[in-house]
Amino acid sequence: MRKALEGSQAIAQTVALCRPQVVAAYPITPQTHIVENIAKLVADGNMDCELVSVESEFSAASLVLGAACAGSRTYTASASQGILLMSEVLYNIAGLRIPMVMTCANRAISAPLSIWNDQQDSMAVRDAGWIQLYCASNQEAVDTTIQAYRIAEATELPVMVCMDGFTLTHTLEPIDIPAQAMVDEYLPPFNFSRALDPANPISIGTLVSPDHYSEARHSHHHALLAAADEIIAADADWQQLSGRAAGGLLSVSGPDDAQIGILTLGSIVGTLSAASDTYTDLPATQLINLRAYRPFPVDALRLACSGLTDLIVLERALSPGFGGIVSAEVHAALAGMPAVPRIHSFAVGLGGRDIPLEIYRTLHERINVAEPQPFSIIDVEREKLPVEDHGIEVTGIMT
Amino acid sequence: MIEVRIHGRGGQGNVVAAYLLATTAINEGWHAQAFPAFGAERRGAPVVAFVRLNHEPIRRRCQVVSPDFLIIQDEALMNVPGITNGLKADGGILLNTARGSDSYTGDIDSSLITLPATQLAQQYLGRPVPNTALLSAFLKLTDLLPQPALIKSLEERFKGPVLEKNIALIEAAAETIPDNSWKMTINA
Repeated sequence: MRKALEGSQAIAQTVALCRPQVVAAYPITPQTHIVENIAKLVADGNMDCELVSVESEFSAASLVLGAACAGSRTYTASASQGILLMSEVLYNIAGLRIPMVMTCANRAISAPLSIWNDQQDSMAVRDAGWIQLYCASNQEAVDTTIQAYRIAEATELPVMVCMDGFTLTHTLEPIDIPAQAMVDEYLPPFNFSRALDPANPISIGTLVSPDHYSEARHSHHHALLAAADEIIAADADWQQLSGRAAGGLLSVSGPDDAQIGILTLGSIVGTLSAASDTYTDLPATQLINLRAYRPFPVDALRLACSGLTDLIVLERALSPGFGGIVSAEVHAALAGMPAVPRIHSFAVGLGGRDIPLEIYRTLHERINVAEPQPFSIIDVEREKLPVEDHGIEVTGIMT
Repeated sequence: MIEVRIHGRGGQGNVVAAYLLATTAINEGWHAQAFPAFGAERRGAPVVAFVRLNHEPIRRRCQVVSPDFLIIQDEALMNVPGITNGLKADGGILLNTARGSDSYTGDIDSSLITLPATQLAQQYLGRPVPNTALLSAFLKLTDLLPQPALIKSLEERFKGPVLEKNIALIEAAAETIPDNSWKMTINA
C-alpha cells in the first residue's frame, strides 16, 4: 500500500513484515528512528519478536549472532562508529556462515566527528564477508530488505542493506509497503540447517587449525561469488510478485549509445538521473547503479561498460593514501576488456556535504582532459584548506 | 515542481510541518518529498526543512536551493543573513508574526504574507506551536491542496483533544488569509 512514510519508518514496518524472532540494536544517528519504530511496533503489539535492549553495538551483533545460531530469524541495524564497534562480530557472523539481515544507515566515520552521510562505514567492513546491497531510494530499501532475508537464508550468508543516512532514512516520500500475505508467500519461515539443538548437538565457532582454515576461507569466498545468482533470482521473483525490481546486481539507465558512463552507489543515483534530464546540452550518459557491491559483479559490470569510452566512478568514501575504493575494483574488473574505457575516479559528498544537481556538469567538465587525472575529492573547496595546502593538487596513485 | 523551504527553531515542529505538507500531497495522489537540513537539532536553534511537490516521481535528493516559497516560523529569523537566499523572483514568503504584511514593504521584493500563528496557536492549543496554522495558511494561499486533505494528515498523526484543537486552529488560520493570492500553475 502506497503511504507517506519516513524512510526509517518504512524500514521498521518492512522488518516487521519479515517476522524476525529476535531484534537487538543500539541506537546511533541516523539509524535511531528505525529501531525506535520497531520498538513502538513491538510495544503496540503489532510485531511479535524478542526485542533486546543492549549496552553497545558489540552486544547487539553478538546477541543476534547467538539467536541466529539457535535458529531465529534476526535483525539489527547500525551506522558509522556502531559498525566499527561491531566489526569483530560482523566478521564472525560471516565466517560462521550465519544468515541474518542488518541495515547500515550509512554515515561518515570519525574523526573529524560527523553524524552525516557518506559510505565510509560500510566500506570499512567491505572485507568482512557479508553480502552488501546499496539502495538508491527508500522503495529499493524496502524491497531489498525483504529480498535480503531470502538471499541470506538461501546462501547462509549475512546481508547488509546499505541505505544513505538522512538522505534516505530521514526523508518522507511515497513508499509502497507490501501486504503481509505477499511477504509471507515470498519468504517462508526460516529453517536453519545448523541450528543449535540439544537433541542433536553440534559446535559452531570452534578453533580451526591450519589444517582447515584455508578451506573455510575458500568456501566462504566461493559462497559469496555464487550468491550473485541468488541476488538476481531473489529480485526477479520479487518483481514477479510485487511488480517492482530493486536493481539485481546493478542496473543501467540512459541512452544505449551513450559513450560516457557514471557508476555510483546509493541515493546519489536519483540526483544524477534528474541532472541528466536537466543538462541536455551535455553528452548522453549512462548511469550505472551498483547495487551489489559484495559479491562484486564483474561480469555484469563488463557488460554494462562495453561501448563506453569514459567511465566516471563516483563514490562516497575513500582509502586515504590510495584513493578510490570502488574505482580500484572497477579498474581490476575491467582490465583485459577489448576496449577498456578511460576510468575517472572521484569521491563526493563526504560527511554529508550536499551533492547538488550541478555535480553532473562538473563531472563532465572534469573528464574533458587528455588523460584521466588521479583520484580526487571533487567537491573540495580549496579556500577552506590550510594555507600550506592551497594550490597543491590532491594527487594519488592512479585508481 | 514546487519547492518549499521551511525555517524555524528547534521545538517549533519544523520537520513535522515539512512531513505534514508532503503527506497531505501524497495522500492527494501527488509525488512529494520532505526532509530536514540534517543538523544536530537543539531546542531554539535555527533549523531548516525542505519539501518538494510534483505530479511526477521526484528523483533528485539534493537540498532545495531555489525555493518557490518560504515558510518562516519565527520572525526573528528574518534578521539572519541569507534567509531569503535563492527564493524565486516570483516566489512568496509566509511569515509568522503579529505584525501586518505591510510592515515589510520595501525590505523584501517577494510577496510577503504574515500570519499571527503563534498567537493563534496559543489561543487554540494553549501552546505556542505555529506549524499547523502556517500550513493551513500556505494551502489557502497557494490552493495547491484542499484543506480537508490537511485535516486527514493531521488525523494520521494526532488524536483526541490535540487533533480537535489543531483542526479548530487551522480553520481559524485559513479564515485570516486571503484566498489564492499565490495560486499558480503547476508545470510538472
